[in-house]
Amino acid sequence: MKKIAIASGKGGTGKTTVAVMLSRLLSKKFKVRLLDCDVENPDCHIFFSDAPTEKEEVCVFYPEVDTEKCNCCGRCQQVCEFNCLFVMKDRLMFFGELCHSCRGCKLVCPQGAISEGSRPVGKLFNSKVEKNLHLDYALMNVGEARATPLIEKLKKNLKSGADYAIFDSPPGASCPMAETVAGCNYAVLVAEPTPFGIYDLKIAAKVVKKLGVPCGIVINRSGGEDKIIDNFARQKKINILFRIPYSRKFSCYYSKGVIKENFFPGLADKIIKEMLRI
Amino acid sequence: MKIAVSSQGGSLNAQVAKNFGRCPYFLIVDSETMKFEPVYNPASSMTGGAGPAAARVINEKGSKIVLTGQVGPNAMSALAGYGIEAVTVSSDTVREAVEGYLKNKKTED
Amino acid sequence: MKSLVLISGKGGTGKTSITGALSVLFKNITVADCDVDAPDLHILLKPKIEEKEIFRGGKLAVIDNDKCCGCGRCRQVCSFGAVEKNFTVDRFLCQGCGVCYWNCPENAVTMLRKESGESYISRIKNGRMVHALLEPGEENSGKLVTEVKKKAEAVAVGSGSGIILIDGPPGIGCPVIASLSGVDFALVVCEPTKSGIHDMKRVIDTAAYFGVPVKVLINKYDLNPENRKKIIKYLETEKIELLAKIPFSDKFNRALKQGKTIIEYDSGCDESMQIKNAVYKIKNVLDI
Repeated sequence: MKKIAIASGKGGTGKTTVAVMLSRLLSKKFKVRLLDCDVENPDCHIFFSDAPTEKEEVCVFYPEVDTEKCNCCGRCQQVCEFNCLFVMKDRLMFFGELCHSCRGCKLVCPQGAISEGSRPVGKLFNSKVEKNLHLDYALMNVGEARATPLIEKLKKNLKSGADYAIFDSPPGASCPMAETVAGCNYAVLVAEPTPFGIYDLKIAAKVVKKLGVPCGIVINRSGGEDKIIDNFARQKKINILFRIPYSRKFSCYYSKGVIKENFFPGLADKIIKEMLRI
Repeated sequence: MKIAVSSQGGSLNAQVAKNFGRCPYFLIVDSETMKFEPVYNPASSMTGGAGPAAARVINEKGSKIVLTGQVGPNAMSALAGYGIEAVTVSSDTVREAVEGYLKNKKTED
Repeated sequence: MKSLVLISGKGGTGKTSITGALSVLFKNITVADCDVDAPDLHILLKPKIEEKEIFRGGKLAVIDNDKCCGCGRCRQVCSFGAVEKNFTVDRFLCQGCGVCYWNCPENAVTMLRKESGESYISRIKNGRMVHALLEPGEENSGKLVTEVKKKAEAVAVGSGSGIILIDGPPGIGCPVIASLSGVDFALVVCEPTKSGIHDMKRVIDTAAYFGVPVKVLINKYDLNPENRKKIIKYLETEKIELLAKIPFSDKFNRALKQGKTIIEYDSGCDESMQIKNAVYKIKNVLDI
């Protein structure tokens, strides 16, 4: 199975459009799994009429405190790097959103009062959406701070049986994006030819390079001003895979939740060819 | 009565900090004498969990009331856990906040 | 001192272009760019950096090979698989939780704060700007966002600026939560696309969860009349004020290519008039 991540530094450059289109194009010949890793704001499912409804709760470790055994010694509060545990007068309080599930508290508790509990952080959806195309996405609960456990879970659930897995990455260049791209065979960076676009593309390219994942660029809203991206690509020896023209028509379709695979028929071939070359 | 106020600085004329968890200082004001002790809020630069950590600071100072702006949900439950009451104030300075609170309290009594 | 943050949930709805345009309409303003992993506002506002500070974010475990006895306890207790076979620590996988530090029998582990970015205080035409840059791929825990906001507050107090305008990050996680805290209200920039509406609702829920009032600005409002109606209906039911409707236009891009905000590019156009109108309403709401 080949894994392709669709990423960008800047938001709204067209990651989802490219991911959905690429998945549809590939699914004509291959078995494809599309993973929407933007768990804070997953949007891929909007573009399928048969969106997944099958739900699975995603839980992470949290300390289950046995109040009988706990003597409020405060050892757990001392080792918790993320300030999740607080010793009150007569009991322990736990604040879940910040817990990284490191199990430090459980390991150090001298009373053995902390056991393995689990706490829901979001939901996982997955189902077949079209012939040869399976969509997985996760929805982080509102108020949760950390997206990475859900991304990890999505990636862990990816079983063999598909020829291609397409990962739609969250925007930005911090850990959720790095978590998505890590371990992929190839990354497609979607960028706009604007001063914002090029600045964020450079940052995204740095992350991808650090992770050792080969990459190519798709220019979206291309319109004669691509030079700034072309120059950067040449300098860094990154190939430009495709140029999606600037068009109000595409934006209108997108706004209605429609992405048609026949908009840009050459896209998948170009990306696969490039991937195989590397 | 010891009244804690989230504050931008170390005097009674300092601005009230609008954010409970990550305010730079707490002033612990004695309502009878208006004498105060400034306490640095170590939670102001914490990676996360500032709200409950700030509540802990106030608990350690033995104050049962805090005048502040916005209190997050975690901070709120921690304050409740310590038995500390949070009062939202819109005053500019710490002095105004304390005086306003005492005046309100008097009329209620 | 008043503060407001622009957020959107979905990326690319125009937060930064609009923050830039709003900012030039205030006198003596403090602007904070809280999108620290992909900051762009400096491209429009061209800040002159006056102060720079190294940012130390989360911790990283470092194992001292001389003290390490190779017992493997750290590998056993680490929940993130961050300790490699040769007892080095993977910088990306390590969450800095310190479990290895507390459990090492030889005290061979030290927890170091990693340098994971920089923050800047700068001068712009009509005030000050605080911004930052996170090292690519690092954890954006919201701490750098908080640092930017704290500096902005200090700068605003020092320079007698009455308002802090914050350009927020996309999403609804840590960095967004950090940028929401303590503001007078959040201005949600949304677009009338299916995904835009979906994400707008999630970010409004997030703000509500933390007790921050919201107002909305629709960008590209004529892109899809049906979706626009849906947004307006939603705002009416939720009793959320709509501050402005900005048409779908290439002007923002044309201005951006010249490194200008839309106000500087064409202050009389529809887009600019809508933004001026929004500023008028913002000033009224905040009483400044």
